[in-house]
Amino acid sequence: MIRIKGLTKRFGTNTVLDNLDLEVREGERVVIIGPSGTGKSTLLRTLNFLEKPDEGVIRIGDVEVDAGNASRKQQLALRRQTSFVFQNYALFANKTAIENIAEGLTTVRGWDREKAFARAREILGTIGLAEKEGSYPSALSGGQQQRVGIGRAMASQAPLMLIDEPTSALDPEWIDEVLQLLKKVADERQTMLVVTHEMQFARDIADRVIFMDGGKFVEQGPPEQIFTDPKDPRTRAFLRKVL
Amino acid sequence: MRALDFDYMFGLVPILLSYVPLTLGMAAVSMVMALVLASLMAVVRVVNVPVLDGFTRFFISFFRGTPLLVQLFLFYYGLPQVLAFLTAINGVTAAIMGLTLHFAAYMAESIRAAILGVDRSQWEASMSVGMTTTQMMRRIILPQAARVAAPTLVNYFIDMIKGTSLAFTLGVTELMGATQKEAAGSFLYFEAFIIVALIYWAIVETLTLFQRRLETRLGKAHAR
Repeated sequence: MIRIKGLTKRFGTNTVLDNLDLEVREGERVVIIGPSGTGKSTLLRTLNFLEKPDEGVIRIGDVEVDAGNASRKQQLALRRQTSFVFQNYALFANKTAIENIAEGLTTVRGWDREKAFARAREILGTIGLAEKEGSYPSALSGGQQQRVGIGRAMASQAPLMLIDEPTSALDPEWIDEVLQLLKKVADERQTMLVVTHEMQFARDIADRVIFMDGGKFVEQGPPEQIFTDPKDPRTRAFLRKVL
Repeated sequence: MRALDFDYMFGLVPILLSYVPLTLGMAAVSMVMALVLASLMAVVRVVNVPVLDGFTRFFISFFRGTPLLVQLFLFYYGLPQVLAFLTAINGVTAAIMGLTLHFAAYMAESIRAAILGVDRSQWEASMSVGMTTTQMMRRIILPQAARVAAPTLVNYFIDMIKGTSLAFTLGVTELMGATQKEAAGSFLYFEAFIIVALIYWAIVETLTLFQRRLETRLGKAHAR
């Protein structure tokens, strides 16, 4: 249901994504690991055109876009097939917790306010922040903000959830609650593409782990294999450093 | 030095106050229209809409680069001579047009700066939930820019209220025009103009109270 062919992104002369192919089944949870600066985040960002890819064909759900000549309308349609969890949470600063979750439902999907807020309230319960519904992001801890960020992504029910280093900006004390919540989301077999440096978490939730280096997929496989018996020397070197 | 005619001054207050609604009305209508126009121009410039961007630059350059009084005379005395349909334009309409366009040019630049000050993450978050550019501006970016731009915009509104006094040069009997007439009848220029000065000042001070409330309201998402 997700098919990417020949995805390429250059920043100047630097090729950040080098002709990537990827297929993800519905309900599959794919985790991408690798050293910093190897294009992991860029990959997620090109999939919903936060960065415009230079080449490649992206198909998510029933929307297919050719990066070379994607109209604004197509880009928007593709974006609506994905939800995104940001490293720095990126909550709407002028909206309360519940409004952050409901915003996409009312503005983008045209739900009436009551229905959207009822749904947002359910999600607040799931993410354990029912009592914070009226709080603005500035009054929430980093962990709480990221949980709202995940809640916002859950609300859209987009076919593919893109999760970009969800705990990298967090103080250590908040990391666990965010990972617990993401596990809960993963357990519902939400199709997701996750970039993370939390190896234990990767092991716990992944159906497949991809090791990425230099803008290419070096090695991929089930987590047991990647973490215990990596084939490529680069994967081994990386895992030795982080495990 | 002669003694001030206090009786005359007190008598003048209610007469001049009756012109305050016209002055405030002209300023309020101009402000609302200028805000809308300025926001549109700011967005056009930030998003770089082709053609419109060039037109907006030209517009801002002209209306910031020429005196308000010249613009008012151009609208009221000049344009009707070349555009027949404007022959019937009255002073109040011409003043509102002039104030709107003049201040929109200034306000567009402050709003543009405020928009550019909104954190990049807010744009990306808006796009990530699938908003169109218009939705993103209306729901997320402009409301946050408003908080930053508010003090400057209130300043322009104050300037605009005082700017309505220029409508008197277009033959409009507003607060300033009325004072001029009263003074010309009584020859008590000091009394008349000190009273009108105090009235303008009181209006602006009242507005400053509202400014504080407005800023608290716009800043509520940032209060801890």
